[in-house]
Amino acid sequence: MVEKKAHIKTENLNLWFDNKHVLHNVNFPVYDKKVTALIGPSGCGKSTLLRSFNRMNCLIPTCQTKGKIFLNGKNIYENGQDLTQIRAQVGMVFQRPNPFPKSIYDNIAFGLKIQGKNKNFIKEKVVQSLKDAWLWDEVQDRLNASAFSLSGGQQQRLCIARALANQPDILLLDEPTSALDPQSTAKIEELCLSLKEKVTILIVTHNIAQAGRISDYTAFMYLGELIEFGKTEQVFTVPKNKKTEAYLEGVFG
Amino acid sequence: MKMKEKIFKIITYSSSIMTIIFLLGIITSIFAEGIPIFKEVNLKDFFSSPNWHPTCFPPDFGILSLIVGSFLVTLGALIIAVPLGIGVAIYISEIAPFKVKEILKPTVELLAGIPSVVYGLFGLIFVSPLITNLLGVPIGLNIFNAALILGIMIVPIISSMSEDALSSVPKSLREASYGLGANKWETTIKIVLPAAKSGIFSSIILGFGRAVGETMVVLMVAGGAAQIPDSLFDPVRPMPATIAAEMGETAIGTPHFHALYGIAIVLFIITFVSILLIEILRKGKSIK
Repeated sequence: MVEKKAHIKTENLNLWFDNKHVLHNVNFPVYDKKVTALIGPSGCGKSTLLRSFNRMNCLIPTCQTKGKIFLNGKNIYENGQDLTQIRAQVGMVFQRPNPFPKSIYDNIAFGLKIQGKNKNFIKEKVVQSLKDAWLWDEVQDRLNASAFSLSGGQQQRLCIARALANQPDILLLDEPTSALDPQSTAKIEELCLSLKEKVTILIVTHNIAQAGRISDYTAFMYLGELIEFGKTEQVFTVPKNKKTEAYLEGVFG
Repeated sequence: MKMKEKIFKIITYSSSIMTIIFLLGIITSIFAEGIPIFKEVNLKDFFSSPNWHPTCFPPDFGILSLIVGSFLVTLGALIIAVPLGIGVAIYISEIAPFKVKEILKPTVELLAGIPSVVYGLFGLIFVSPLITNLLGVPIGLNIFNAALILGIMIVPIISSMSEDALSSVPKSLREASYGLGANKWETTIKIVLPAAKSGIFSSIILGFGRAVGETMVVLMVAGGAAQIPDSLFDPVRPMPATIAAEMGETAIGTPHFHALYGIAIVLFIITFVSILLIEILRKGKSIK
């Protein structure tokens, strides 16, 4: 594993909501241009961990974080970091598609507009992002239609395109297919595999098979601790930890 | 058990029927008593003549100056209340820390609980002399005073309903916006406000309806002169104030009596249309 580059990694990450210790000393690398899956039973802290990468947890007043997350060598939890800049560098896609009540075009242009990019640049980026998210062919002649006119799977790809428009270093996916039908799910999975050429992907999933299908690395979490991290084939075939093995066999979860 | 269920059903059903009967009763009575005025004066003169001299010989039943009075006072109230109400709503819903919110919300709602006659007194005793002293206008009871008091009065209507609309914008939209690097200000203005706009418009229309129909305040502080005003500091006689002031002195069945009911029809139609608009906005939202 030493030969791989990891521009993003956590160091002794601890997180509390009020007095509840949710993440315990989490250390792991997210390798560049790879898909890393976070798996584990409900409530194990995997979504919380994911939301630490763009400091989304900071929106919750009772949240306290200790430890470091490095993004391109810079600790994003250092004092005086520009949150909006961090969040523009990190794309996030949520469980349920959450397009803005705006047109398809404006949804994708939003992030670039607030960064004050010029019109032509935005136009180019919108088209590019839609193409990258495999949505261009379906929407190219109705960019001004409401984003709500799209199907659930299309909406989720729109949300991926929206995140890609900012040219993020890493894309965080929080159970992106849990609200979608099998066909749309398959499409998003294929999309992830094609996107990893351009962007590092960290995906939380409840679906063990999905993790097996699309990820290069897998991290297994249990009760707020990172139990096991490694190449997906290795974690799935010869897990080092008994708990990982039990979870993958469906003993709990 | 069967019996109980049946009785329960009958009670709730008859309550609903009863409210509809009340509504129909009110509509029928104002139309029955209002329509006869159009035997005395034609529809065009009723709406376009500024001369309201119901007790002269021959009497004049033109309500244009009353409509203009109502319109100006209501418009003024909205100019004051809309920015204030939406500002309060944004602060409570988006910005205020939890503790401040807990105090501010009931305080604003307390404003809605003050009886309108108390608002009227405040305008009469406090605002009126302030206007004459500060601005040097001869009469303190005028459009400005009435608009100011009415405006304060409808702030809680606009703010609490707008606040509901803002708070019900899903958290996921805010997170998506923050996730793309937007700050709080950008998220509020560009995402949350547009997403809540139908609720906010509804609150404005509701505030408008309340201001148009409010009687006690305009009776006490609008000045009561049935005229087309030249300035913001002229007294006017809005429609509800006219009805309240004159109905007691009018013999039942006289043209004057019917004319007051005619004004009531106009008020009813204005309120009816505004409630219809709110329903349309609500439907439009649920379709989306």
